Amino acid sequence: MRRSLIVAVSVRLLYPSIMVLSLYFLFAGHNQPGGGFVGGLAASGAISLRYVNGGVQAVRRSFRLQPWTILGSGLALSVGTAIFPMLLGGAILEHGTLKLHPPLLGEVKATSALPFDIGVYALVIGLALMIFEAFGDDLDDELEMIEPPTTPATSIREEYRPLSQHVPASMWLDDDEADDSDESGPDGRRNPGAVDA
Amino acid sequence: MSSALVPLPIVLPLLAAALTVVFGRFRVAQRITALAALGANVGISIALLVRADDVGVVTMDAGGWAAPLGITYVVDRLSAIMLVTSSLMLLVVLIYAIGQQGVKGIHVGFDPIYLVLAAGVSASFITGDMFNLFVAFEMMLAASYVLLTLGGRSDQIRAGMTYVVISLAASALFITALALLYSATGTVNMADLAERIPQLSDGVRTGFSLLLILVFGIKAGLFPLFFWLPDSYPTAPGPVTAIFAGLLTKVGVYAIIRTQTLLFPPESQQGTALLVIGGLTMVVGVLGALAQDDLKRLLSFHIVGQIGYMIFGLGLFTVAGVSAVVFYIVQTILVKTNLFLVAGLVDRHTGSSRVSVVGGIVRSAPVIAVFFAVPALSLAGLPPSSGFAGKFALLDAGVEAQQWWIVAVALLVSLLTLFSMTKIWAGAFWGEPESGDRAVIAPEGSEPRPSRGGPPLMVAATGITVALSIAYVVFAGPIYGLAERAGTDLMNPSVYIDAVFGSDR
Repeated sequence: MRRSLIVAVSVRLLYPSIMVLSLYFLFAGHNQPGGGFVGGLAASGAISLRYVNGGVQAVRRSFRLQPWTILGSGLALSVGTAIFPMLLGGAILEHGTLKLHPPLLGEVKATSALPFDIGVYALVIGLALMIFEAFGDDLDDELEMIEPPTTPATSIREEYRPLSQHVPASMWLDDDEADDSDESGPDGRRNPGAVDA
Repeated sequence: MSSALVPLPIVLPLLAAALTVVFGRFRVAQRITALAALGANVGISIALLVRADDVGVVTMDAGGWAAPLGITYVVDRLSAIMLVTSSLMLLVVLIYAIGQQGVKGIHVGFDPIYLVLAAGVSASFITGDMFNLFVAFEMMLAASYVLLTLGGRSDQIRAGMTYVVISLAASALFITALALLYSATGTVNMADLAERIPQLSDGVRTGFSLLLILVFGIKAGLFPLFFWLPDSYPTAPGPVTAIFAGLLTKVGVYAIIRTQTLLFPPESQQGTALLVIGGLTMVVGVLGALAQDDLKRLLSFHIVGQIGYMIFGLGLFTVAGVSAVVFYIVQTILVKTNLFLVAGLVDRHTGSSRVSVVGGIVRSAPVIAVFFAVPALSLAGLPPSSGFAGKFALLDAGVEAQQWWIVAVALLVSLLTLFSMTKIWAGAFWGEPESGDRAVIAPEGSEPRPSRGGPPLMVAATGITVALSIAYVVFAGPIYGLAERAGTDLMNPSVYIDAVFGSDR
């Protein structure tokens, strides 16, 4: 896929800035506009910029973890934060505030709503990544059929990890017949990884 | 009375859903997590039922914010009864699904989505806040969209489209109704609404009452709004259809019961309208069923018919009527889930679910025949089945309220249901398989020795539902006593309101 120099350079500039902004939203969120969901959406926007530039490969290279790991642990963190006060004898979702006065920094406020928001943030990002995994591949393939791959117009250093570490997306996207296992073989299962690898 | 157990039936499945997503690659761990979470849910629900029956209403304020401000979770006797029934069915159907597809054969996305569905169903029963009810419905619906189309066959996608569009329309109406309610009263807390709605003018109250019946009627499959149901349910994978048939429409019925009895004062309750709708729903459901040949479609029309009975009981707005509905709704959930699980077994055993094609199951798999006979008699309401006890209670309440015509309709529909069940029995269980199609009918060599009916787990899960519905009629006395206490609470909303606002008033 031929990449445009302008897009490549702008994405390179925009991606980290939007990510920082999304982190700001995440941390400011507990009593100002923002929060985990909004932050996650902003981060997803940044990821979609990478998709525009480098396709699903670039999206995969942005995160070391698998999309479903991010999504699942985000949900687990949020739910865990909701339950935690119950272990201490409080109500579900009850929250507390901690005000610290470390030297030089003045007052630092930490709320227990933050882990909840971080969970939501991870959930939204995980979902965005899974959407690109699910629907992004087709577009990539189609584009490659139209234009044979050429060297990128830029020489941006590939500093990310190799792609071979990725589990194929088809693990999540295979078309296992959920109903009639009789049709798919004597033991009713297929190797999901091999479906459309 | 406050209890820490209250939010657990929502939170636990969600936590398990998160874990099953993370451990997606380890299928065995996924199955164990899902089974453990739903098993624990059954225990918690039973504990909640015992507690609720002890003290009347158990509540918890989310985040420690007191009632009109925060979101309250409320478990009264009706909620607790629904929770126990739904958690049992969710567990049984999961066992059945594992039996059908093997521990490793289930789609990797099934468990997380199924658990989210479980959380949504529990949340609908537990929440004491209208907006939270909307969120719970959305959770349930979003999960059901995926479950309905899991597998991605083209007929599933087509039926899924109808389902998604009608559900989205209903949700849009629901959120609009909520906005109107909020602008009229300034609250969405159910207990608070129950105090403020009586202050509204007559017309506005009636409008809200009808609007909410419309919104939940779409989910429940009431008379003019049921058309999507027999179209979409049968295309889903077997276990999914069973859980949809057993639970989802009943969540709609629960919401109708809850809002009509709690929010509206007696003078704006739509008794006559509900009776007419209930009667029409019964008649249309059973007539639709008579015309069907496919087992799953036929049973889907019966879902609609059964909903009619519940609406009829509610429409009476007497303690006896509402108690009978509470008793009846649990019975229907058991029976409906059971019938759809059997339909799945028939499909697997014979390779077809068309009544005119399959035949002779009594000889080739007697277990399936027994498992079908019990719930079929129950659906038709023949003594000594649990359906008889439920229908008897409903008709008794109808006679007591002197609504003769609806009692007559209910009896007629019962007769037609029996006819429809005998049609299935005579066709699929006694009759000869359609000639020339024998290859489809039974696997080679299974004729001499009767088959056990299917994989052991599937048969065992179906057996559990059969056992439960038999136990339901054996213990009908104490259970009806419980239902009566639930019905008394429902007809006296101040119990619920006082429990939500606590002792500080």
